[in-house]
Amino acid sequence: MATEADDLKFRDPEAAQELAADIETQMERIDDPVEIMHVCGSHEQVIAKFGLRSMLPSDLSVTMGPGCPVCVTNMPEVDEAVALAEAGTTVATYGDMFRVPGTVKSLADAKAEGAAVEVVYSASEAVEYAAAHPDEDVVFFATGFETTAAPTAAVLQADPPENFYVLSAHKYVPPAMEVVAEMPDTDVDAFLAAGHAATITGYGLFEEFVDEYDTPVVVGGFEPLDVLYGVRRILEFVESGTSGLDNAYPRCVSRDGNEAAMSAIDEVFALTSGEWRGIADIPDANFVLREAYAAHSARRQFDVDPVSGDGDPLTEECICGDIMAGTATPEDCALFGEECTPQNPVGACMVSDEGTCKIRHEYGGHPEL
Amino acid sequence: MSDDARDEETVTVAHGGGTGRTRDFLEDSVVPRFGGDADGLAVGLDALDDGAVHEIGDRSVVVTTDSHVVSPLSFPGGDIGRLAVSGTVNDLAVMGATEPLSLTCSLVVEEGVSVGLLEDVLDSMQAACEAAGCAVTTGDTKVMGSGDVDGVVINTTGVGVLPQGEHVPDAGLSPGDKLVVSGPVGDHGITLLAEREGFDIEGDLTSDVAPVNDLVAAALDAGTVTAMTDPTRGGLSTALNEMARKADVGALVDETAVPVRDSVAATGELLGIDPFDVANEGTVVFGVDAATADAVVDALRATPLGADAAVVGEAVAEHTGRVVLDTGFGRRYLSEPEGEQLPRIC
Repeated sequence: MATEADDLKFRDPEAAQELAADIETQMERIDDPVEIMHVCGSHEQVIAKFGLRSMLPSDLSVTMGPGCPVCVTNMPEVDEAVALAEAGTTVATYGDMFRVPGTVKSLADAKAEGAAVEVVYSASEAVEYAAAHPDEDVVFFATGFETTAAPTAAVLQADPPENFYVLSAHKYVPPAMEVVAEMPDTDVDAFLAAGHAATITGYGLFEEFVDEYDTPVVVGGFEPLDVLYGVRRILEFVESGTSGLDNAYPRCVSRDGNEAAMSAIDEVFALTSGEWRGIADIPDANFVLREAYAAHSARRQFDVDPVSGDGDPLTEECICGDIMAGTATPEDCALFGEECTPQNPVGACMVSDEGTCKIRHEYGGHPEL
Repeated sequence: MSDDARDEETVTVAHGGGTGRTRDFLEDSVVPRFGGDADGLAVGLDALDDGAVHEIGDRSVVVTTDSHVVSPLSFPGGDIGRLAVSGTVNDLAVMGATEPLSLTCSLVVEEGVSVGLLEDVLDSMQAACEAAGCAVTTGDTKVMGSGDVDGVVINTTGVGVLPQGEHVPDAGLSPGDKLVVSGPVGDHGITLLAEREGFDIEGDLTSDVAPVNDLVAAALDAGTVTAMTDPTRGGLSTALNEMARKADVGALVDETAVPVRDSVAATGELLGIDPFDVANEGTVVFGVDAATADAVVDALRATPLGADAAVVGEAVAEHTGRVVLDTGFGRRYLSEPEGEQLPRIC
């Protein structure tokens, strides 16, 4: 059966050039530099991977904010996972957390030294591993935003095996946007919000934000045309001098979102304040397991005692936090591409495929290519 | 490196990943430790090329070696036996030695592996040898305790002979040379990753593992090949970057011209892994003098493995040591993948 979707071409370079031409005209009319912040590593991936920045006028900057779940996972949380692995549990982790440095070492380092660390694609794969290995205590290092918090919640609701535990480092995005919007150094004119998180929360969630901060928010998808379309929509708001909310990803995102997923998250997790690596202590932006799930809480069931220690002194020079707040670029960092590379990352932004520094290192920035 | 730092640093998967960490390890720890004269050595260890070349009389003798490990041992399109022969035959071929003279087979087997499985692997090696027109002429067998080695490891060493001076380095690009890829990119790596992750993906994912010596011979006959390599570990990205870096040129590549099967592209997206970054085992990247590029592509397309051969870009004087990719949208660098390819969170 042919559907409308069959006719949609998300990767049509000609359509992209048309959108880019529109954007250029808009910027000429606006006649002022514009800074758009997106808050999603997948947006940064598509922008960099398709070379979209080289299509945009130089006075339009699209920067990445605190949108990389791996990057904002706090170092002590990594330390907890490393400590659990070294204490003899099997730690199941998403691949991109594997090499994130903790204070002293990463899960990859722990594995090289003999600890049991399994890379999984999903919470349910971690559950399957636990079921297949009843003699092991399996701790799922649960990281990511609403998009991965929902599946973690779902497996916990589905009566997982007794030897399955969750170490939650899940984060909730909207409060982080507020923190960035309030930062005195931030000069963000508008936000391109993450479409996949909005499939869970619904775009209606941003209504309050738009009112309170008088800043346009457009929810965008992840194909190159989605991003360019979202940018054009944002510039319409900027040009008219109004704030507003728009959904530029209607094929996936609704106003109310995925209510089943939200209620699962709500039943399993409570929100608490906590540090986002390098950014700030953010109120109500960390998901922790509710008491009803204590039997599967790694923090409750194991005596987690992460090694503290001096760690890498270079960490002091890392400016990941400023980069994620949009107030600095990777090129502003003395370590970028020198002491800090994807092979030997100092900050988490250089580890994840969604980290600004890693992406910049791999694809280049806005060079005259 | 201080003794303390030496003791602290452990070997990781990345040391053998075929990209930056491997190169650092070779340059820092391996190459400086080997030296001494070798008669008529034209291409040695320090070139980090696909093999060594000795000039003896009016001939050039090419030697290469490779230890093959793969998980799973058998996969769509091949197995470790076919891989072990193809890998070494192909390293000889991309040095210009398209008629392999002799191949060794050194087996390291885990105790408990069934003899039937081992015989299947050896049959597969012989079939690949027949396809490549070569023979295993000597070998060795070692068995290690259960758990001391993972299944089967096969080392093959190959020797090839060609007229003196006709070897093709991977460092020979000049600005203006066309870059030619012999077939679809990413088949082997994406097929194995999908197998390893247990994804039940419907479609035609098949490794490209095959001896490419006939294909290379067709290219050499048809035009002026200035540089050649097989994009194995680290994939097309690494091969192009190495060719650019070694020749001190830039490479400008048109992404839309690079052949990638739809199934491979789709699976790569699902896994969060770029088909350009993963191993190929039956594909070659050529630098070709621009005047003969069309002839080379035509000759490649007439071979069984080269039907999708295409010009994908050119060497340029700018961007030395880097690869610039025109995505059809904008431009960006194509960099080498670093370390182990890990699936992404979202």
